[in-house]
Amino acid sequence: MSKPVYGRVGRFAKWLISAPPLVYLLIFFALPALIMMFAAFRFPGDYGGLLPLTEVDPETGKQTVLITLDTWRDYLTFENFGRFFEDAIYLELFIKSFWYAGLTTLICLILAYPLSWLIARSNKKTRDLLVLLVILPFWSNFLIRVYAWMIILGPQSYFSRMLNGFLGWFGIEPVSLLFSQFAVIIGLVYVHLPFMVLPLYANLEKHDMSLLDAAQDLGANAWQRFWKVTWPLSLPGVWAGVALVFIPALGMFAIPDLLGGTNSMMIGNLIKQQFLDSRDWPFGSVLSIMLTLSVLLLAAVAAWAGSRHKKKD
Amino acid sequence: MNKVSRWVWGAAIGVYAFLYLPLAIVVLFSFNDSNLNAEWVGFTLKWYVMLFNDEVMLEAALNTLGIGLVTCVVATVLGTLAGYAMYKWRLRLLPVLVLTPIAIPEILMGVSLLIFFVMLNMTLGLVSITLSHIAFCIGFVAIVVRSRLQGMDESLVEAARDLGASPAMAFRKITLPLIMPGIIAGALMAFTLSIDDFVISFFTAGVGSNTLPLEIYSRVKVPMKLNPEVNAVSTLLMMLTLSLILIVSRVAPNALRAE
Repeated sequence: MSKPVYGRVGRFAKWLISAPPLVYLLIFFALPALIMMFAAFRFPGDYGGLLPLTEVDPETGKQTVLITLDTWRDYLTFENFGRFFEDAIYLELFIKSFWYAGLTTLICLILAYPLSWLIARSNKKTRDLLVLLVILPFWSNFLIRVYAWMIILGPQSYFSRMLNGFLGWFGIEPVSLLFSQFAVIIGLVYVHLPFMVLPLYANLEKHDMSLLDAAQDLGANAWQRFWKVTWPLSLPGVWAGVALVFIPALGMFAIPDLLGGTNSMMIGNLIKQQFLDSRDWPFGSVLSIMLTLSVLLLAAVAAWAGSRHKKKD
Repeated sequence: MNKVSRWVWGAAIGVYAFLYLPLAIVVLFSFNDSNLNAEWVGFTLKWYVMLFNDEVMLEAALNTLGIGLVTCVVATVLGTLAGYAMYKWRLRLLPVLVLTPIAIPEILMGVSLLIFFVMLNMTLGLVSITLSHIAFCIGFVAIVVRSRLQGMDESLVEAARDLGASPAMAFRKITLPLIMPGIIAGALMAFTLSIDDFVISFFTAGVGSNTLPLEIYSRVKVPMKLNPEVNAVSTLLMMLTLSLILIVSRVAPNALRAE
């Protein structure tokens, strides 16, 4: 697209059109994010929240700023970050969340690959229908989808009774499916599966089928055709899917909250706890910053890995 | 059909079953004449009757629709402007602000907005929820509108300009009608995202500002309060979203693909 030289009118139009969304997002997205970063260096208030930096005189109503060049040490601190690294619990929780999100991503990939391959190989009409069928459940309410698994995995459900009856034959004690790590993983996979299918399908659709024919002519069997041709070509799609599943899964709190037990907490649950239950906002902000950094790191790795494979084509 | 493709078909059908069976179970048990979501006893509509007499649920539904409508209108206007600006000019800050809220885990936006509203001494409630919903919906509208613009034939606008139309007139007579399906799809998406949102509402809601997802959460969380009325409201909510999404897929078939 050629870029015209803007006159004064053009520049005015540019400003007029981009300013409203820009200002809105500066106020309701960027500013809150900056405030949260700042909050990580503050002290918790006496009754939760943050220790105030200003004070209002009850008689005159005059507001005085308490934080000055002399007193800032009483109001700002690195302690909250220190606390994160001092107690191994927090790092362990991060590692566990990475493990849950990683396992979820792997299962999603295994489930999504054959499906995406099939969709990409169908004719145009079937393809659109199959894609729509993947997207539809994703647009139903998130909580309803989690609730559905609470029903299926509940102790009285057909599924639980069948499974436990089966286990009983082998003399194995009945297991409780709900409120376990198993339930959390199932919930995470269920909710994020479409995010893996869509980028994979978009990639597989573009493959040149004649490459597979050529491989077959040269004597490659089905497995070799997949492993030597299709898989390497699909890596950009795989990495896109990995990023789209891993990142939201890492920050999830509602699924462990509803399907998990006491030992299946994730980062999101800890953040929620700090903000709403123990009301230690500075530490909650530290945890949020750590989560943000993890997400940025992951996104960068996925983008780097994806582009590396793209260049090879 | 060879052995490999039979295997792939089997796996695909399994995945579709995995996607749809849980939702089917929720719907099925909304017609079940039993307090427990465990065993099929008999057909009944009593949970729907109970639902329509449940004032807490009705108020939550009303709040949800109100928030959804306001969010839909404001986010569509702002998102369309953003999408157009991102298509037309090479901007630095706007794309980052538009796309980041979509890319990061929702909880991060939820807690930062919580701190923000409390700092402003704003009472948490319907207003704070709506302001937050608008912030995360702008990006989705912007993406849909921009991709629609990218598929548009720019020479049509140039032709209109050559024939003497002012930039504003060319926009109104050519660009706007052409991107309308994108705008409608974006608006329906914003509405759907708003009425379905749980995480951001959870952090920005205050006492007495219940939405349907928040009410469903509080009932699902406490087994004492839970009965198939939740299945009934879930079923209705699914029907609503389903019809909206089917409309979107008609208006703009490519709008729903994740980017």
